[in-house]
Amino acid sequence: MALDRWIALIILVMSAGYAYTAFFTMDASLAPFMRNNPIWPSTFPKVLSVMAIVAALVIILGFEKANKPRDDDPSVIVYRRLLDYQVAPALILIGLMIAYALLLRPIGFLAATVGFLMIGSLVLGERRLHILIPVALIAAGSIWYLVQEVLGIFLRPWPAFMGV
Amino acid sequence: MLEGLMIGLSTAFSLTNILMVVGGCLIGTFIGMLPGLGPMSIIAIMIPVAISIGDPSAALILLAGVYYGAIFGGSTSSILINAPGVASTVATSFDGYPLARQGKAGKALTVAAISSFIGGTIGAILLMIFAPALSTVALLFGSPEYFALMIVGLSAIAAFAGTGQVAKALLMTIAGLMLATIGEGVLFNMPRFTFGIMDLQSGLGFITLAMAMFALPEAIYLILDPNRSKTEGGTNEIKDLRITREEARAIAPVVGRQSIQGFLIGVLPGAGATIASFLGYAVERNIAKKEDQEQFGKGSIKGLAAPESANNAACTGSFVPLLTLGIPGSGTTAILLGALIALNVSPGPRLMIDEPQIFWAVIISMYLGNVILLILNLPLIPYIAKILAVPRTFLIPFILFFTLMGAYIGQNNATELLILVGLGICATILRFADYPLAPLLIGFILGPMLENNFSRSMNLFDGPSFIYERPLTLGLLVIAALLIILPSYRARRARLRQEGVADGD
Repeated sequence: MALDRWIALIILVMSAGYAYTAFFTMDASLAPFMRNNPIWPSTFPKVLSVMAIVAALVIILGFEKANKPRDDDPSVIVYRRLLDYQVAPALILIGLMIAYALLLRPIGFLAATVGFLMIGSLVLGERRLHILIPVALIAAGSIWYLVQEVLGIFLRPWPAFMGV
Repeated sequence: MLEGLMIGLSTAFSLTNILMVVGGCLIGTFIGMLPGLGPMSIIAIMIPVAISIGDPSAALILLAGVYYGAIFGGSTSSILINAPGVASTVATSFDGYPLARQGKAGKALTVAAISSFIGGTIGAILLMIFAPALSTVALLFGSPEYFALMIVGLSAIAAFAGTGQVAKALLMTIAGLMLATIGEGVLFNMPRFTFGIMDLQSGLGFITLAMAMFALPEAIYLILDPNRSKTEGGTNEIKDLRITREEARAIAPVVGRQSIQGFLIGVLPGAGATIASFLGYAVERNIAKKEDQEQFGKGSIKGLAAPESANNAACTGSFVPLLTLGIPGSGTTAILLGALIALNVSPGPRLMIDEPQIFWAVIISMYLGNVILLILNLPLIPYIAKILAVPRTFLIPFILFFTLMGAYIGQNNATELLILVGLGICATILRFADYPLAPLLIGFILGPMLENNFSRSMNLFDGPSFIYERPLTLGLLVIAALLIILPSYRARRARLRQEGVADGD
């Protein structure tokens, strides 16, 4: 079975869960006076879940022929040959983004951003530290200034223990 | 009208007011380029500045400049790094980004700037002529019609996004609508599908989803395939900024049609620039010649010109209900309404009679804003397009950083960043399997509006009877159904014919 049908299957399972919630559990907490309304919070989700299940089934059962795989098109990444691509840097950068999300508040915007930009560039093969470090510092500093001072959106610059 | 025009001209052409437009356009363009800050947030940020000016005309002129600048700036990030920061520029990235990848970033930006300029200008002319008459048409549209209009929009998108695979596009649209039901709706004071997680209470952020659907998968693709970041021309030089005569001839009718259509859609409260840009793209794709149709989504300048002119015209159109009825048709005009009230101006039917100088100054400032934007931006385009010449080792971490910042500024919540990464990985896998991602985002954007209008209609008509009782609603829904059925029917017939030929050989 091709990847697109596996995905349709996963969406089908999720839609089934969504449908179960919409049809059976969601209305339990509905206030009695709202039960007379023609529309409940669950009405729209009910319609959606039925439509999603039908659409997913159409794909899984193959009623609609998938487009031919475009192996010859260089802009398309063929997932069957995924290992031919630069998977490791991609995974490291995804991990780096997760780390950024988790560390942003605790270690502050400036440290997190400089770290993110520097490690990201290093992973991608940048070795010119004399350019890399100033670029990261200037970018982090100027974005912080723009967001915090010009736009007035709070961004904690320093680590949490420094009390800002 | 002429008299009004003169009042407007004399107000707008004072030195301070021209400075206001220039400043507003510049601020708008530069902040608008950051994904995550759309016109709405930039105008909201600028309101204190505008109010402190004190003169309502000058303040409005400043805000109009910021508005147009922000829309243009938003298109820039859509075209250059496939990161649409505003819903109304999502359609711009469909063809703008492929153009940039072919080394035609400069041309793409020029087309965008000129289409926006024409869209905005035609919109302003139409606004001047038809504002009073159009306000009555807008009142004809009740919730059932809005509901039906959005269904038409969604089906048009599903039909065009998945050529030959409408089921996938539909499934993605529905998935987007389902994601939109997460959180606490406007009409029901009840959290839905939050699994008890507090951070989901307010729903997913639009920026988060936009970044996860477009910018993140693209960045991951760039990492996976290093050859990809070289533009197809081989060099990263910005060549041919100019539009050739043939290209101008090709996009002229598109821009003309979409300026008018976009304006009319913009007039309807609640529809606004987003729907206008998507519908504009879908319509132009459907009426294009066969060989042009193939180009859509792969770097068609028509496909870039259509949403750009439509969204600018619609922005202008959205001023009609604001200025004539006092009803803000979009989030941005709602904020402008707030600014107007703070400046002691109350928009509504009496505005044109009581304070004509404000009404006309706004219209003139729209012209001015558009002209200045063009003058400022055309010379800047080569420099803006240089962003693409940054080495990938720097560009990719910065794209990732800007997507993270966009999501963080929008929601001010670190959990949102984890959601962003999670959704981004899902989106990449969906892209591997050739699922179109645009319908999902569009479903998510239109979802709350769709549900609210649906619910309101259900309440008004005490059931689903509005679907067949109102001819306009029924007509729109029939169009929507045709949009879905026709392409798959045509594809099936074409395939059958092909197979028949193969058998005959």
